[in-house]
Amino acid sequence: MHEGAGFRWFRRVALTVIALLTAAPLWVIVSSSVRPLADVRGPFHWIPRNVTLQPYLDTWSTIGLGRYLVNSVIVASAATVASVVVSVFAAYAVSRIDFVGRRAFGLLVLSAQVLPAMFVFLPLFIVYASLDRWWGVGLIGSYGGLILTYLTFSLPVCIWVLTGTFSGLRRDLEDAAAMDGLGRVGTLLRVVVPIARPALAAVAVFSFALAWSEVMIASVLTTQDTRTVAVGLQSYLSAPSVLWNQLMAACVISSIPAVAGFLSIRRFVMRGWSQPL
Amino acid sequence: MADRSFTARRSHRFTGVRGGARRWLPYALIGPALVVELVVHVVPMALGIWFSLTGLDRSTIGDWTGAPFVGLRNLRTGLDPAGPIGAELWATLARTAIFAIIVVTVSWSIGVVVAWLMASEFRGRSALRVLFLVPFAVPGFVAAIGWSFMFSRDYGAVNQLLVDGLGAVSDRPFWLIGDNAFWVVAVVWIWNVWPFAYLMSSAAMSAIPSDVHDASALDGAARWRQFWSISLPLIWPVNAVVILVMSLWAFNEFGVAYVLFGPRPPESATFVANLVHGHSFTDAAFGVGAAMNLLVAGLLLIGVLTYVRIARRCGWCSSWRCRCWAPVPREGRRA
Repeated sequence: MHEGAGFRWFRRVALTVIALLTAAPLWVIVSSSVRPLADVRGPFHWIPRNVTLQPYLDTWSTIGLGRYLVNSVIVASAATVASVVVSVFAAYAVSRIDFVGRRAFGLLVLSAQVLPAMFVFLPLFIVYASLDRWWGVGLIGSYGGLILTYLTFSLPVCIWVLTGTFSGLRRDLEDAAAMDGLGRVGTLLRVVVPIARPALAAVAVFSFALAWSEVMIASVLTTQDTRTVAVGLQSYLSAPSVLWNQLMAACVISSIPAVAGFLSIRRFVMRGWSQPL
Repeated sequence: MADRSFTARRSHRFTGVRGGARRWLPYALIGPALVVELVVHVVPMALGIWFSLTGLDRSTIGDWTGAPFVGLRNLRTGLDPAGPIGAELWATLARTAIFAIIVVTVSWSIGVVVAWLMASEFRGRSALRVLFLVPFAVPGFVAAIGWSFMFSRDYGAVNQLLVDGLGAVSDRPFWLIGDNAFWVVAVVWIWNVWPFAYLMSSAAMSAIPSDVHDASALDGAARWRQFWSISLPLIWPVNAVVILVMSLWAFNEFGVAYVLFGPRPPESATFVANLVHGHSFTDAAFGVGAAMNLLVAGLLLIGVLTYVRIARRCGWCSSWRCRCWAPVPREGRRA
């Protein structure tokens, strides 16, 4: 298609501006994380004058990053696994079986997705406290409460995306499996799940990223010992004297899982999530 | 034998699972999802409605079943624009709505224009694709912390650029206190979320058949004309959802202000979620907090339903019930 010179110049200028605005904060974070303390305690320079990897070593003891990272990894991984498993079964039922209450379930999932966290989080806190008092199920201050909450936050999107994916799959393989005597659950696990792997990877990354960066629930459901990295870094940020180079190093380290995950599912995301594979 | 099981299974597949033993299967499959949604969403929502009618506070929170019933008193306290709590709520609601309109408009516009500019091949496109994905992949708390460093008054990158670099401002502004805090949250939000609009629009645009553009190019349509008259209307169904999702995110924004300023942000950066969080966990007026929640939820529901009605109107032919969303537009539509 013909592209005029005017359009090409407009594109060049506009994309350069947007790219600079996008990249500048990334550059500030990454470049500050390799500067000595003196360099982040003075006027800002875009080009670092001294480069050192020391902040990446010191940040573990200064901020206590290790503890936070372990907590976040445990919570986010468990929530991701649970969310993917639960949503695979639910999405398969919704996309393949016609049962009474299917529409109602779909509506429930949709409204749970629209329902913001702030409407449930105070009553939820009271529910968890009551579960603890009545039945001794400790959900406040433990990993369990966070895992259960994040699981339900990502579940609606996972079910939604997977239902779309499953509905778009060709059925002849499933028919063949059924003909060979494989039951419904066997068909799901041995035929459908392997074909839908890219979609599963995508919803897994989504669930993980959601649990990894959630702040509101984590700020009330965690104690000193179970703080996730989001709340941990926030509490360090509000400390009286912040060692910025080490905090930036901690930011880089705690971004790696989410960024790597998103880059790995880039192709799937580019196709708009629910496209058939 | 094999034959019989085959026909039995086929009948399951075509009639749905109606036959005896298999009737429970779909319920077993959705069971876990249903249970956790009930525990974390449905039960708390119902309890929230109950709490809004009771005088739940610090003394009754231990045994909340015994909290006294006060009827609509909380609702009146929470909504009365003349009272201190009601006035704060309405001001915060207005601020949150303005915030949502600004950040959604800006991030959506950037996203759509960038998606349009990135639609055709040019040098450096694949590198930019990766770069534009990164802000969305970066966790929100990292974005907030990074920008917080950039916005610090004396040694931040923003003031370095504005004051020392460009000389646009003579006095170093304080960004993280007072009214400027609102704009800091807005900038962080836009930087973090605009790639979402870009990704979704990009996917939708690549689904437009290229012959639509070729035909309009033959007819002499300029680039920007193609953008306004073809790309934008054709991807409207996707954008309608994108705008809705981003608006909900913006209206419920909590994390950026919390990470930047802690549990008590400056007034200009206090949004509805921060206010509710504050009332619930620092003031302990749980009944009033629940009543506020109910009001906000109601307003949000009205907003979403109105939006869904309006968004149904086609961006291409302005008809309320059209079939323009079919991939290739038919003849006779307004261009």
